[in-house]
Amino acid sequence: MGMTMTQKILAAHSNLPQVEAGDLIEAKLDKVLGNDVTTPPAIGVFEKMGAKDVYDKDKVIMVPDHFTPNKDIKSAELSKCMRCFARSHEITNYFELGEKGMGIEHVIIPDNGLIFPGDTIIGADSHTCTYGALGAFATGVGSTDLACAMAAGSTWFRVPEAIKVVLKGKPSKYVTGKDVILHLIGMIGVDGALYKSLEFCGEGVKELSMDQRLTICNMAIECGGKNGIFPVDEITLAYMAKTNPTRFENKEYAVFEPDEDAVYSEVIEIDLSKVPFTVALPHLPSNTKPATEVDKVIDQVVIGSCTNGREEDIKLAAELFEGKHVAKGIRCIVIPGSQRVYRKALDEGWLKIFDDAGCVISTPTCGPCLGGHMGILAEGEVCVSTTNRNFVGRMGHVKSEVILAGVPVAVASAIKGRVAVPTEL
Amino acid sequence: MSVKGTVFKYSDNVDTDVIIPARHLTSADPKHLAAHCMEDIDTSFATSVTAGDIMVAGKNFGCGSSREHAPIAIKASGISLVIASDFARIFYRNAINVGLPIMECPEASEGISNGDIVEADFDTGVITNVTTGKTFQAKPFPEFIKRIIDAGGLVPYTKAKTEA
Repeated sequence: MGMTMTQKILAAHSNLPQVEAGDLIEAKLDKVLGNDVTTPPAIGVFEKMGAKDVYDKDKVIMVPDHFTPNKDIKSAELSKCMRCFARSHEITNYFELGEKGMGIEHVIIPDNGLIFPGDTIIGADSHTCTYGALGAFATGVGSTDLACAMAAGSTWFRVPEAIKVVLKGKPSKYVTGKDVILHLIGMIGVDGALYKSLEFCGEGVKELSMDQRLTICNMAIECGGKNGIFPVDEITLAYMAKTNPTRFENKEYAVFEPDEDAVYSEVIEIDLSKVPFTVALPHLPSNTKPATEVDKVIDQVVIGSCTNGREEDIKLAAELFEGKHVAKGIRCIVIPGSQRVYRKALDEGWLKIFDDAGCVISTPTCGPCLGGHMGILAEGEVCVSTTNRNFVGRMGHVKSEVILAGVPVAVASAIKGRVAVPTEL
Repeated sequence: MSVKGTVFKYSDNVDTDVIIPARHLTSADPKHLAAHCMEDIDTSFATSVTAGDIMVAGKNFGCGSSREHAPIAIKASGISLVIASDFARIFYRNAINVGLPIMECPEASEGISNGDIVEADFDTGVITNVTTGKTFQAKPFPEFIKRIIDAGGLVPYTKAKTEA
């Protein structure tokens, strides 16, 4: 029986010639990662089980990004716990605030060249699935799984079924990967891909930049997906050559293509040219509507996160804000996803555009996305956000509302003071 | 082994942000987490739940964030079992790993109401709604999950393996 891309990667990491959906396998891990919320409990488990060393200090990644720069004493203690462990175990890829390679984990890890095609990665963060954009298998786990993986360098998986998502056509101007993934989640629901892979393919793939693909895979979890994955093409190769030229030149990667007779539980076709500006209304990412059909006054806009804080996102925001101003009474918070993106925005004059437009500019952090800090909502407030979840209470008060959108809709909404689309600007 | 308790019933897509909001994730202390469990959708849960009670919900229970604090909060609140139509996959793994018993059974999810008294047998997978007299058959645990449970959870399971 033919295998999907995901199944081939998992087979290769388990030294098995063949796997099929439902098989239980033990796979070697190329990277394991955690953040300031999930790593401290993992360290507790690691020590409780008497583990002494991590399996490979170059393969464990630690990023304090959720409640940082620390918002209070308790969050400072969490960061300290992870920092001390990273120092004593000489973790190569521990990133400290302000360092060149630092930022939000799912922005910096691909951008620092740590993920290549064919890799298998688990992370104690549900958005670890982001890295499938590079033709890797990546999925989120909890702290106990992280602790065991840090010690053993392997974990068990149930081999997933896959949904084949065939992309065709070219997106309209200012329609982004965010609109595509929200559109898909709206079609299949928040459990539409439960336990499954989302395998993207088709001639439309070439119309999506690496940053767009990262956004799409990032939200595979929002329809229950185990992972999202894109095929490797010229765009992937160029990204690899840029982010880690040594590994690229040494050809330390493996490109897996699905077999022609691979089995899929479902095939979904999306014509990118017909994807509208899409928003997800409270309180589920599947509660989608074309943005033009929403008439809603707002209080706040957030542009950033592991979903939409990449260079292309911030560049696009600057392009749309140039010469315009945030509507009176609206707060717009722009959060570049990494120090590198922040510096680029500084060098290119994007920060000046945001400042002139009346935006707040934040240092890289997950911050408001999960209701941590830097933009918490009061009762009854409404936020258009480029983040990934709009659950009850996600960004603050249980009676606040988050509307998920792509960067162009978020900028247009900030300028108009209501849910708006870039073609209105 | 069997458990018996009063049911706290919730709907589809109960996410980990409502099970334990991120504002409480600055501590992983089970008691602290239990005190705030479910508070954004059920303000009285933490104070009214008693040891042995059972949580019943619809589809996709535990969707969203990978925070293991969610099953820890439920377990520490005294809940002895979560029954749902199905579970989000990271929550499913985390529940097994921390030793929170879970059962998938769409029929039980439909046939049990808030406040019912329910009894469940982990060995047979039989769920009995004592209040109505109806019984339901849950999917038994797959073999590999049983192995982890037999070892006493993922930590002792891995410890045995790394020491081998």
